[in-house]
Amino acid sequence: MSDRRAVITGIGVVAPTGIGVVEHWAGSLSGRGRIGPVTSFDATGAPIRLAGEVTGFDEHEFVDSKLLVQTDRWTWFALAATRLALADAALDPAREDPFDLSVVTAGASGGNAFGQREIQALWSKGPRAVSAYQSIGWFYAASSGQLSIKHQLKGACGVLVADAAGAIDALAEASRLVRRGTEVVVTGGTEAPLSPYALACQAAEATVSRETDPDRAYRPFAPDAGGYVPGEGGAILIVEDRHSALGRCAPTVYAEIAGTASTHDAHHVTDPAPGHRQYARAMREAIARAGLGPDDIGVVFADGAGDPVRDAQEVAALREVFGGRPVPVTVPKTMTGRLCSGGAALDLAWAALSLTGGVIPPTVNTVAPRGMDLVTEPRAVAGLSAALVVARGSGGFNSAAVLTAV
Amino acid sequence: MRRVVVTGIGVIAPGGVGREEFWNRIVDGKPAVRRITAFDPSPFRSQIAAEVDFDPAAHGLTPREVRRMDRFTQLAVACADEALADSGLDLGAADPERAGVSLGSAVGATITLEEEYVVASDRGRDWAVDHRHLKPFLYQALVPSSAAAELAVRFGVNGPAAVVSTGCTSGIDAIGRAYRLIQDGEADMMIAGASDAPISPITVACFDAIRATSPSNDEPETASRPFDAGRKGFVLGEGAAVLVVEELEHARRRGARVYCEVTGYAARANGFHMTGLRPDGFELGEAIGRALEEAALNPQDIGYISAHGSGTKQNDRHETAAYKRSLGDHAHRVPISSIKSVIGHSLGAIGSIEMAACAMVLQRGVVPPTANLTVPDPDCDLDYTPLVAREVTAGHALSAGSGFGGFQSAMIFSALGADR
Repeated sequence: MSDRRAVITGIGVVAPTGIGVVEHWAGSLSGRGRIGPVTSFDATGAPIRLAGEVTGFDEHEFVDSKLLVQTDRWTWFALAATRLALADAALDPAREDPFDLSVVTAGASGGNAFGQREIQALWSKGPRAVSAYQSIGWFYAASSGQLSIKHQLKGACGVLVADAAGAIDALAEASRLVRRGTEVVVTGGTEAPLSPYALACQAAEATVSRETDPDRAYRPFAPDAGGYVPGEGGAILIVEDRHSALGRCAPTVYAEIAGTASTHDAHHVTDPAPGHRQYARAMREAIARAGLGPDDIGVVFADGAGDPVRDAQEVAALREVFGGRPVPVTVPKTMTGRLCSGGAALDLAWAALSLTGGVIPPTVNTVAPRGMDLVTEPRAVAGLSAALVVARGSGGFNSAAVLTAV
Repeated sequence: MRRVVVTGIGVIAPGGVGREEFWNRIVDGKPAVRRITAFDPSPFRSQIAAEVDFDPAAHGLTPREVRRMDRFTQLAVACADEALADSGLDLGAADPERAGVSLGSAVGATITLEEEYVVASDRGRDWAVDHRHLKPFLYQALVPSSAAAELAVRFGVNGPAAVVSTGCTSGIDAIGRAYRLIQDGEADMMIAGASDAPISPITVACFDAIRATSPSNDEPETASRPFDAGRKGFVLGEGAAVLVVEELEHARRRGARVYCEVTGYAARANGFHMTGLRPDGFELGEAIGRALEEAALNPQDIGYISAHGSGTKQNDRHETAAYKRSLGDHAHRVPISSIKSVIGHSLGAIGSIEMAACAMVLQRGVVPPTANLTVPDPDCDLDYTPLVAREVTAGHALSAGSGFGGFQSAMIFSALGADR
């Protein structure tokens, strides 16, 4: 059992940067920011008017009409990203023993538009107006459940919530399941937190950006950083045992999940901790569990909160872990906004793509703090062998994963 | 392999606030179901629920905390306080970086989300909500991991923390996650449990819409009747349970009283339907079989089963079939009961509450009954311990759970000295 090692063999992306790995990767390397005015409803009076929306997504292409009415946009993204990821991995679940297949997703904002619509129906029209699908459409397990049914993933299934850090915890769980004998785990996370109500909930966070210029709204590490911009979308990853993946000649073995770790600040449910101790510890433990040292890490996909206090913590944590070495750091989510629990899933996809392509996607619209090697243009790196992906969730969650080239 | 034990229990259930009151309530088999008091239920098909009489101030929550936390978080915090006190653990002496939180919840802060939306949308008139009418801490309601954060902060634990949200198996799966993290050496101790407070108009309406809940509004106390021929659906409940789970040597070193050991856990999905269950119980049977295998037990070693027993026709038959499939003849001999007959179905929370019951059954040698089971459904022909509690010396207790999404989970607790 202990010789089983988890690798990523498929990536499905539905994000502001594009739909599918090819479009997403090309879009990411173009460095084009996708943050813009909210278009899904009239947001004139809304507290948040900018977002990273997924454009060009036709749900009918991925979800049959019977299922469409039962599900929210976040589940449509999950269904689409999973289909794309399975195709990318050249894996047909129908050919596997269903009990050897699992799904573990991250969730955070659930089917908020679905929920909003049904609560509205209840209060404006009465109980009989509530959809029979409310009980399965909005809750946090909706996407894992639908994916399990759609692809006959009948092993241990899971849903983890740790705000923006949850997708790394889901990846860690996927890796654990593979080490314990599950053949294939569908993991990752997608989100659609741009309904009027979900945006209003996010407006209650002190760290959300009030800026109106899309190019100035989300600028992590900038001295005048004014907060984050929400976005939607995410990524689904196919995780399987390394030996099995090589044995079935999987088209791309993107990366190995070499080490993961999670810590909690245990300081305050909304306010940032006074230091970076637990955040740095998550990074150090993930690197140690990968059997590596800080010098082995070729790139860090940083959290990039976009809030001066949290940004300073991240700079300090990276300095503590990497010493004086200017490790390349990137925050490609500056192109998409922060996708709730989908963001870390997308970061994992970016990291895996970097390791296979030997190119680090850029950080846009911001400037490097002193002493940080912030990657602001796509950067080709020879021999890139290990990436550290880190994420923090509101309330004090810190998670880290080390992916290594295979 | 590192072994994992339960050393503390906290429970808040309908009719039983606190571990001992809860235990007395389920052993007495006295249903805690009534007409809903949380809001006016008259527009709804099902107007009854198993409500908790919970006074947050009496549990030491400050007015500030009450404002900040949804009810499900308040219940979780109060239960965790009780569990930690019960465990005798001195958190000041423990390594906080080796302790974490695994909290299950199916629907998180639904009450807060609904209440605030109703205000901000002018009672559902406006799609674009007026955020100026919203209270602070609403992001913490939207994203339920805030409850895990509250626990981590309250107890100062810096290990892995997360909410597990697999619908109605969340409570088993959250303890399962804690068990795995300790087994794999990622923590030595976990605050593990689940909480749900779903009694709100939208939740009642959504179960009305699929006719899943009992409409026996005139007879609330007899409405939750798992395995009984007269059942008409489940009764919505609320509540929480939190366990302190520890690595065995960690518990021994500090001289902890051990309730039981977590010996087996498995989850399977039916891949069939979000709410429907096939009558053959195949996947639940698989989960039970795998949990037995992990615990290195034979079916006849199981001395008690805490059933999912929601009181819907399809569940009760599905579950009966699963026990026969996984336990063979022993399915007819082992005492089984559903405490949902007394405390209703609190969605994600119930799995942890039922695991708490299993730990207490092993410790106290008494099996709580299935209340209201007067005329058994002929298709549910196992020993569902009708009406009256029974003295049973059980070495190993199994709990099964089944939920929306098609998820099925099974967990086994074993008395520490029991034969394996």
